Amino acid sequence: LAVSNLAKVRSPLAIPTLIEVLGYNNPGAAVAATEGLIALGETAITSLLENVDDYNYGARAWAIRVFAGIGDPRALQLLLKAASSDFSLSVRRAATKGLGTIKWQQIPSDTLSQTQQQILDTLLITAQDGEWVVRYATVVSLANLYPAVHNLDLKNIIEKTLISLRDSDPEIAITTRSKLALQNLAKG
Amino acid sequence: MTEAPNLTVESAIAHLNQTEDLGLRYYAAWWLGKFRVNDAVALEALINALTDTKDIAPDGGFPLRRNAAKALGKLGDERAVMPLIQCLDCEDYYVRESAAQSLEMLGDVRAIAPLQNLLKKAVSAGELTDYAIDTVADKPHLYQPYEAILEALGTLGAKNDLTLIKPFLNHPFAKVKYAAQRAMYQLTGDDSYGEMLVEALKGKELQLRRSALMDLGAIGYVKSAGAIASAYAENSLKLIAMKGLLEYQVKVDQENQQELSDDTMMVMKLMDSLL
Repeated sequence: LAVSNLAKVRSPLAIPTLIEVLGYNNPGAAVAATEGLIALGETAITSLLENVDDYNYGARAWAIRVFAGIGDPRALQLLLKAASSDFSLSVRRAATKGLGTIKWQQIPSDTLSQTQQQILDTLLITAQDGEWVVRYATVVSLANLYPAVHNLDLKNIIEKTLISLRDSDPEIAITTRSKLALQNLAKG
Repeated sequence: MTEAPNLTVESAIAHLNQTEDLGLRYYAAWWLGKFRVNDAVALEALINALTDTKDIAPDGGFPLRRNAAKALGKLGDERAVMPLIQCLDCEDYYVRESAAQSLEMLGDVRAIAPLQNLLKKAVSAGELTDYAIDTVADKPHLYQPYEAILEALGTLGAKNDLTLIKPFLNHPFAKVKYAAQRAMYQLTGDDSYGEMLVEALKGKELQLRRSALMDLGAIGYVKSAGAIASAYAENSLKLIAMKGLLEYQVKVDQENQQELSDDTMMVMKLMDSLL
């Protein structure tokens, strides 16, 4: 409860404490701290990035969720790696979702297309994940990525991937979510 | 203790059919279910294992039978139905429980009457008897696996005799009570039973909230979507429950010849927010 109150203050002064809470083995407190850090946005990213290598696994997993929630491109490499190779499915899920909601305007325009290509490459891997929830997050990310992409080749790959998930994924949740995504693409 | 071997379908069946190493048999039965090996020889070997008398646990139960019964639910072959129904008479509580769960998965209505028989001593004149409430002396469980039985009857659509199910709404064990609520919702479509499970999402114990989440997902009670999304539990579990709602809702859409109804979109929107 104390953590939840601290998270609600939305003060940069709370950042060190909220980050510390990520390292405790207490999911309830970590959820509250994660939400607080996401709400603080970019100011939280710097301290998190500076310390992330020292974290234990649990804290890293929560930090990935914060990065995914904020969408700061400085955390992109961590998200790409976590989405395709973390052993925990809930971390892969959160990282995958985060790849579609990067703050594109913060990426220099001359590297934007290359960065989006890199993200799409990773989403093509997560589209094959054995866990349905990671594939579901992939669909959501592809749908979010599509309007941000200007390269027509990339747009085509996104659409084809969504069509293939809609037509041949064994899970109803995935085929239905892909159907919705494709419907929204068509609407522009 | 036998080390877990790398199995193929052939070696798993061979392990199951030998009688020297009980550990290998136990593991092979689990393995065949885990990988849903849909093979006539595997099916026969698992059905044979349901009457095994060699593998006996310190508590007097039959570990191999329990594993074989669980695996048979996953294979989805109706030839397992009658042998599993016979397991409902087994003296081992956990074999009966596994059989009830597998009969639910197989979805064959021939299981309804035998499952109802297990409830008859538990209900008298619309009330639960001591047989329903008491635990077995020196054991950690009730006389019958009521939770599994009630869930199976709900899924199998046992509408012919609700008087056997309704009294369990008052069972002192929360999970048995939830199973009754779940079954009553499935059998009557009455929202008041779904709302009882929604209420359970506010419970004090995380284990019970998780249990209610899974029950709501299993019955696809779409009106619980908002309550599931904001329940105090892990997002992973909430997402599994929401997936249950979504699958159910897609079926409803198909019946109404609709594509992506408002409810379906609402469920997906909430799921997106839980990722």
